[in-house]
Amino acid sequence: MMGFISYLVNGISLGSVYAIIALGYTMVYGIAKMLNFAHGDVIMIGGFVVFTTVSGMGLPPVIGILISVVVCTVLGMLIERIAYKPLRKASKLAVLITAIGVSYFLQNVALLIYGSNTKSFTSVVSITPISLADGAIIISGETIVTIVACIIIMIALTAFIKYSKSGRAMLAVSEDSGAAQLMGVNVNATIALTFAIGSALAAIAGVLLCSSYPALTPYTGAMPGIKAFVAAVFGGIGSIPGAFIGGILLGVIEILGKAYISSQLADAIVFAVLIVVLLVKPTGLLGKQIQEKV
Amino acid sequence: MKKALSLLLVCAMTFSLAACGSKESGTTTPAEDNSQTEADAQPEGDAQPEGETEAPAASDGAVFKIGGIGPTTGGAAVYGIAVQRGAQIAVDEINAAGGINGVQIEFNFQDDEHDPEKSVNAYNTLKDWGMQVLVGTVTSNPCIAVVEKTHEDNMFQLTPSGTAVKCVQYDNAFRMCFSDPNQGLESAKYIGENGLATKVAVIYDNSDPYSQGIYDAFRAEAANQNIEIVAETSFNSDNKTDFSTAVQSAKSAGAELLYMPFYYTEASLVLAECSKQSYKPVFFGVDGMDGILSVENFDVTLAEDLMYMAPFVANSDDEQVKSFVTKYQESFNEIPNQFAADAYDCVYVVKAAMEEAGVTADMDASAICDAMVGAMTAISYDGITGKQISWEANGEPNKAPLVVQIKNGETIGL
Repeated sequence: MMGFISYLVNGISLGSVYAIIALGYTMVYGIAKMLNFAHGDVIMIGGFVVFTTVSGMGLPPVIGILISVVVCTVLGMLIERIAYKPLRKASKLAVLITAIGVSYFLQNVALLIYGSNTKSFTSVVSITPISLADGAIIISGETIVTIVACIIIMIALTAFIKYSKSGRAMLAVSEDSGAAQLMGVNVNATIALTFAIGSALAAIAGVLLCSSYPALTPYTGAMPGIKAFVAAVFGGIGSIPGAFIGGILLGVIEILGKAYISSQLADAIVFAVLIVVLLVKPTGLLGKQIQEKV
Repeated sequence: MKKALSLLLVCAMTFSLAACGSKESGTTTPAEDNSQTEADAQPEGDAQPEGETEAPAASDGAVFKIGGIGPTTGGAAVYGIAVQRGAQIAVDEINAAGGINGVQIEFNFQDDEHDPEKSVNAYNTLKDWGMQVLVGTVTSNPCIAVVEKTHEDNMFQLTPSGTAVKCVQYDNAFRMCFSDPNQGLESAKYIGENGLATKVAVIYDNSDPYSQGIYDAFRAEAANQNIEIVAETSFNSDNKTDFSTAVQSAKSAGAELLYMPFYYTEASLVLAECSKQSYKPVFFGVDGMDGILSVENFDVTLAEDLMYMAPFVANSDDEQVKSFVTKYQESFNEIPNQFAADAYDCVYVVKAAMEEAGVTADMDASAICDAMVGAMTAISYDGITGKQISWEANGEPNKAPLVVQIKNGETIGL
């Protein structure tokens, strides 16, 4: 039983990281209708910025995280401006391939700057772990911070979209960008804002990911990025609560599958669940009903 | 449209120019210049120390062309770069001392990014260049692909660090390092004979033949050594960040020793996770653990008391090792790992086998291979990764395994 609770907590922690990354995917997809495969690599850049500022230059972690958020936000907007905006009228496939190109570009730039040697990331969390039931369950500070951060981000983002002017503009663009433009919404600015928010989230995800799993390489963001994309599809791509639920479920299924069924089949189980969900509900758990207009 | 077209043209032009550039720079390596003058001087010069050489072979400026393949970019770049550097030191030493049978060596190292397909491409590039002997490849999977080609072409191949059984499955291929099963077997024996533990947990990478191969042999030998494997967790290349489950299952199974047959990047994560869950078993790893202390910013106290199998200890008192480590540090400003050491030995083994077989530079790769395969089983080599190393016809080296332990952030031999 103690074991189960421990596994569950680890699963929620892993799932929270997936959820934060998935939020970035899902927002960009919802608004720009494109899959930003470079998102995972922005996470890696965020991790490296914190590594450089905190471990390298000795700045306090909070400053490091702030710098990382700023760098990633600017990077995200730059990527959007240089690589995606000129292709807004091009076919979706072209944008997709460009995104993959940007992803490789970022990986190789990091490889040039930092080399391929693994860097050990010093956790930015200094909360002492909680020990329950005589040490049978140990919840680390990273786990607590990750889960709390994920919930705060989720609530803040939902509130932002519901109640702020730019948030509602995002909603309008995601429903019908043409009509939104006619109603006076600046579509380009809204898309840029989406990338900015998504990339800022990526920076935070990078810090949390690297604090929990402290090995940093230029390829660190790639796999969690893909998993988070799966989480976004699982929850219903385009839906913010969907990304949250999808991320958490993915993490929990992965960890429990590893613990109780087979560590060899963990990924297979995750994807089997995904397939079943998509068969029953093709738009994902919280995906909206098809709203294609003729 | 016009703009795009002109851009395309510019791109094409830059590429073609770049291609020309690299080709030119490739043909005038300093090594070749060097060898040219050496060889030119040879016919009239009597300063050649080697008595038993077939001098005519070197008369027309011939060189031995040794190729190397390994990842110098990508995730496994640490190993490829180390091999390239270690081999280069040996080549420079040999050339400075007069070469092999009086013939200089030219060394050409190609990147394969730890990818079998690219490795075969690199092999073809080297073949076009005129490679006569291959030192490589560095990592197992590409090595398995390339050995098929060298077998077809009958090219002599000596891999510094390809540990998978299949790397040397043909007669033309030998290896410098231990094979995977050999490492698994030896580590189980070591744990059993030294009474380190009876309850053992294992974490392994089931997507990597290296890890899987070691673990299979370990499991087979564990039974003979009275070792009980109480927990077994695997991970794979797509799923290697979260080890909380693996560590937790080892902890709850009460394992006294955690066996880690995989590379140090993942090991640093496992060690961090163990510390998080305050789990302190005996940590035992394999040669992939080499390099863990050089992980930037790594908290070395996490690896305190970690034991692992290693063929090479950089701070050993051995004269050969000392000289190699000094040279390596002077040139590259870092302490060489075992991959660099294996590569260094490889080049010297190639030299020893070539001298034993009496090959000449005008022989083609296939003839050299036939001669060297016979010579390999006859030589006994003293190097920096072992003494009196001899080879079986199946390509495996005979050498004593070495277990090292990390104490106060330094590796010491046990």
